[in-house]
Amino acid sequence: MPDALLSTKALEAHYGDFQALFGISIDVQPAEVVAIIGANGAGKTTLMRSITGLIRNKPEMVVWKGRAIGALRADQVAHLGIAMVPEGRQLFQSLSVEENLMIGGQMGRKGPWTLKTVQDLFPLLQERRHVPATALSGGQQQMVAIGRALMSNPDILLFDEISLGLAPIVIKSIYEALPAIIGEGMSAIIVEQDIAKAVSVSHRVYCLQEGRVSLQGRPDELTREAISAAYFGV
Amino acid sequence: MDWINAILQGILLGGLYALFAAGLSLIFGVMRLVNIAHGDFIVLAAFLGLTITTTLGLSPLLALILVVPVMAGIGYGLQRLVLNQTLGDDILPPLLVTFGLSVIIQNGLLEIYSADPQKISAGALETASVALPGDLNIGVLPLLMFGVAVAVIAGLQWIFYRSALGRAFRAVSDKQDIAQLMGLNKAHIFGLAMALSLAVVGLAGVFLGIRTSFDPSIGPGRLIFGFEAVIIGGLGNLWGTLIGGIILGVSQNIGAQINPGWQLLAGHIAFLIVLAVRPRGLFPRID
Ligand SMILES: Nc1ncnc2c1ncn2[C@@H]1O[C@H](COP(=O)(O)OP(=O)(O)O)[C@@H](O)[C@H]1O
Ligand SMILES: [Mg+2]
Repeated sequence: MPDALLSTKALEAHYGDFQALFGISIDVQPAEVVAIIGANGAGKTTLMRSITGLIRNKPEMVVWKGRAIGALRADQVAHLGIAMVPEGRQLFQSLSVEENLMIGGQMGRKGPWTLKTVQDLFPLLQERRHVPATALSGGQQQMVAIGRALMSNPDILLFDEISLGLAPIVIKSIYEALPAIIGEGMSAIIVEQDIAKAVSVSHRVYCLQEGRVSLQGRPDELTREAISAAYFGV
Repeated sequence: MDWINAILQGILLGGLYALFAAGLSLIFGVMRLVNIAHGDFIVLAAFLGLTITTTLGLSPLLALILVVPVMAGIGYGLQRLVLNQTLGDDILPPLLVTFGLSVIIQNGLLEIYSADPQKISAGALETASVALPGDLNIGVLPLLMFGVAVAVIAGLQWIFYRSALGRAFRAVSDKQDIAQLMGLNKAHIFGLAMALSLAVVGLAGVFLGIRTSFDPSIGPGRLIFGFEAVIIGGLGNLWGTLIGGIILGVSQNIGAQINPGWQLLAGHIAFLIVLAVRPRGLFPRID
């Protein structure tokens, strides 16, 4: 097995006295798309926050390109090329659409994504570039959140429930755009509660249940029964 | 004529009050921190200006070239080493710590400079004036200070809404966590905001020292003027803060015109009237 791009090793996470993650070990290979599924409260967002440094851990619990990064601050992790589209989009309300994109690009990492290429991908963001970002519809805001993450030209992009709260037709168009977004060589982690959606675009799946990995494998190896058992714990 | 003169002088004084207020408004906007020691930093800057002009023999306007960066450096260091540690969900720690700082600065200045009133001399510039039609005379110095105040407000406005730094300020102000995800180190951004705040304080302090006599105890009074200008103008609106400063300056001068003892009272009354009519100030921007 080649060296993983990103891995977590027996990762634990706590909110005060409450333990949310119990020894999570996952890995993502270069250019691989990994889905993380699990019911509400399973710990998916906590895992994303741990990887991105919003929750800080022991250094060796998160490894990036062979380097222990678990104790770094979120801004240091971002500079390494790990970007996230956070749950609930979380746009900056005082910034215009274009400023939200530019703040994503201010680290100056080189790569294919610029204001222009992001606006070519989502032409609407060009048309409405001077509008406050939060004046857009939910689907349009999700485009801004994705564009903002792309602007840093990351090596891996974490999507936390990008379909949450969006109309089915919007979800469909975002998932249709995903191959162009992830493109050549970039890795991704796609967190979803919608099993079918996540599995359809990913090379490998992890299922979380109450803070533990309950199932993992390639989509073609996993039966529906096994997934529902791992998902619901029945 | 006396009345028109009082109003005119009040407007010019308002520029100085806007300088007192701008830094206060800036750091509140970026990190919701109320710096109780703000006025004492103004006085500290005035003493710094005094020391530089007397020991190096520089004119006060040249002394600004030293005072402003020194104050900015103090601001950055203070934020990184002390104030960042106090920020969190609880609003009390930063209040207590900056209150403590206020006491420390006052006593430190008292120790070094004594309680005697001091003044920074600006030489011939102090008495220079321009004649306006209708027997009015306005001093070159107040006019200059007002012009600088307007330029500073315009500059801060530009930084805040047009520059990459301002974008970072607003992003961190909106959502600290998510701003970190964008690679912004909020500890550093907060440090820059406090540096900018105290840079303006450096300017305000030297101007104050040229304009009136000062001693280590007058900081809290300047803090109040700054607060009142910010609140009158509306939180988060820099041009509003300038207008707030002008309203305060004009009211004080009108009060003094009626009865010299009413100067400060008239300013506070104007503040209370604005609060009663528009509790969020005249032009609020922050909810
Ligand atoms: N800020 C928080 N404080 C305390 N508990 C939290 C916090 N955020 C999440 N949790 C708890 O941690 C567990 C995992 O939550 P989360 O990672 O958000 O799950 P998911 O994203 O899979 O829905 C849940 O039990 C949730 O209640
Ligand atoms: Mg979640």
